[in-house]
Amino acid sequence: MPEINNFTMNFGPQHPSAHGVLRLVLELDGEVIERADPHIGLLHRATEKLAEHKTYLQNLPYMDRLDYVSMMCNEHAYCRAVEKLLGVEIPIRAQYIRTMFDEITRILNHLLWLGAYALDVGAMSVFLYCFREREDLMDVYEAVSGARMHAAYYRPGGVYRDLPERMPQYEPSPYRDARRLAELNANRQGSVLDFIEDFTRRFPGYVDEYETLLTDNRIWKQRTVGIGVVSPERAIALGFTGPMLRASGVAWDLRRSEPYAAYADLDFDIPVGKEGDCYDRYLVRVAEMRQSNRIIAQCVDWLRRNPGPVIVDDYKIAPPPRETMKTSMEALIHHFKLFTEGMAVPPGEVYAAVEAPKGEFGIYMVSDGANKPYRMKIRAPGFPHLAAMDEMARGHMIADVVAILATMDIVFGEIDR
Amino acid sequence: MQIRPKQWFQSFFLTELLRGMQLTGRYFFGRKFTVQYPEERTPQSPRFRGLHALRRYENGEERCISCKLCEAVCPALAITIRGEERADGTRRTTVYDIDLSKCIFCGLCEESCPVDSIVESRVLDYHAETRSELLYNKDRLLANGDRLERQLAEDRAADRPYR
Repeated sequence: MPEINNFTMNFGPQHPSAHGVLRLVLELDGEVIERADPHIGLLHRATEKLAEHKTYLQNLPYMDRLDYVSMMCNEHAYCRAVEKLLGVEIPIRAQYIRTMFDEITRILNHLLWLGAYALDVGAMSVFLYCFREREDLMDVYEAVSGARMHAAYYRPGGVYRDLPERMPQYEPSPYRDARRLAELNANRQGSVLDFIEDFTRRFPGYVDEYETLLTDNRIWKQRTVGIGVVSPERAIALGFTGPMLRASGVAWDLRRSEPYAAYADLDFDIPVGKEGDCYDRYLVRVAEMRQSNRIIAQCVDWLRRNPGPVIVDDYKIAPPPRETMKTSMEALIHHFKLFTEGMAVPPGEVYAAVEAPKGEFGIYMVSDGANKPYRMKIRAPGFPHLAAMDEMARGHMIADVVAILATMDIVFGEIDR
Repeated sequence: MQIRPKQWFQSFFLTELLRGMQLTGRYFFGRKFTVQYPEERTPQSPRFRGLHALRRYENGEERCISCKLCEAVCPALAITIRGEERADGTRRTTVYDIDLSKCIFCGLCEESCPVDSIVESRVLDYHAETRSELLYNKDRLLANGDRLERQLAEDRAADRPYR
C-alpha cells in the first residue's frame, strides 16, 4: 500500500474566481476539503492609519475605496459617524437622497454579485444582463456626483449637490440613426428623478429574467442547494450580518432594527431564508433587489414633492454656497477655513453603522477635538464572513469552494482596507 | 416517493432550461445595446470629473491666484504650488504641478477653488507612456484649459445653480 498524503493547494491570489486578492490555502483529501485557510493582507492600504492624518472632509473619498462596489453606503456610515460626533441634524431631503442612493448602491452591488456568482458557477449570460442594468445606475451615479464609481457625493452634514434637473443624453454617432438615438434617449428627457423612476418601472421585469435563467435551473440548483449550510445559531456566533445572516433565517436588518436616514418612514420587507445554504443566499439577495426597488420608487415620489436644502446651513461644517462665497467676506473666510483646516469635531467616541449590501458596515471613531480623527476603526462585514470560510467549506468538494466564496460577496477593499 | 405528473413532465422535458434558452435566444436576435466606444460614447454629465485643466479669464489672464486651497485640501497630496507676487502686484503661481498618478479624482480641488481656476474636465481617455508624462505642470494644465474652455464654461454654467 502506498502512503496517501493530504494535498495542500494554493487558491489565488491570482485565481480569476478568488474575487480580488484572496489567497486560500486548501488542504485536500482527494477532492474533499479538509481545511481552508484564507490569507489576507494583499490589498492592505492602511486606510485607518491614513485617516488619522487627514481632515474629516479629506477622508471621505477614501471611504469609496473600501468596499468598491457599494461606494455610497461606506460614505454613509462615515458621514453618520461624523454627524453623530458633531451632533448635527441633517436636512430631511438629504436623508431621502441618501436613502435612495443607498438602495441604488444595494442594487448595484447585488447585480455585480449575481453576475459574478453566476459566472463563477458557470452561467455566462446573467453576467451580461446584470451589467446592462448596472450601466443605467452608474449613469445615475455619474449624473449626480461626476464619477461612475468613486462618487464622493455624501458630505458630513448632507450631500454635496442637489439632484440635477437634466439627465445626460447619448450623442449622435455614425452607428445609430436618428430614430434609434431618440429611442435610446427616450427615458433621458427629464430629470434624474424621472430616469430613476423609469428604471424602477423596468427593473422588476429584469429581475424576472435573471430568475428565469437561474432560480429553477437544475444545474444552478445542483451547484448551490445544500452547499455551505450555516445554522442560525452559528451564523450569529460567527458574527454574520446582512444577507448571509438573513439567509440562515435570522431577521436582522439595521434598516429595521435601528432605523437611520429615512428608513423609518418607508415601506419595505426584510426577506429571510430558511436553509442557510448558497441557494437561499441567492434567493435572499434577489428578493432584496426587489425590495430596494420598492424603496427607491417611494424615495423618488417623496423627493419630487419636497424640494429643500440638501446640506446643513452651518458654515462651520459645510461650505457656504458659491455665490455667497464670492460676495460675502465672512463666507469667504468660512470657505477658506473649511478647506484648509477642516471642521473641528468635539471630543468623544462613536460607533455608527449602516446596513451595507454586504452586511453591517460600521465606523468606530474617536475624536480628541482636533480637525482629524484620533482613531478610526472600520467594521467590514466581509471580514467575519471570510473568517467562516473554513467552517463552511469543510467536507465539500473543491469546486464548491468557488460557490461558497462567491456567495459570501467578498470584496477585498473592505477586508484588507 | 410519490411521483407528481407535472413535476415529472417538467424535469423530463427540461422546461426550465428551455425557458432560459428562449430568453437568451430573444436577446441573441434582438437589438444590441453595445456602445461602439471610440466613435460612440456613453452619456457624460456636466459634473464629470476627468483630466484636470487650469482656466483663464476672457481677457487671457490666468485665473489662479495661488491661494493654495486645492493644495491644502487635496487628500492624496497630488498638487504642488509655488507662487509669488508679479510685477503688476498680483499674486500668481510660478509652479503648479499635479501628479496624476497620485490623484484620486475626488473633485475637492475644484470644489475648493474660489476663482474656478482648477477644474476637472470631461476628458477621460488621456494616456502616458512614462510616469513623468503623468506629471502635469502649469503649462500643460493651461493648455488643457485653452483647448477645452468652451466645454468647461458650458459645464460650469450648467452646474452653477446646484453649487
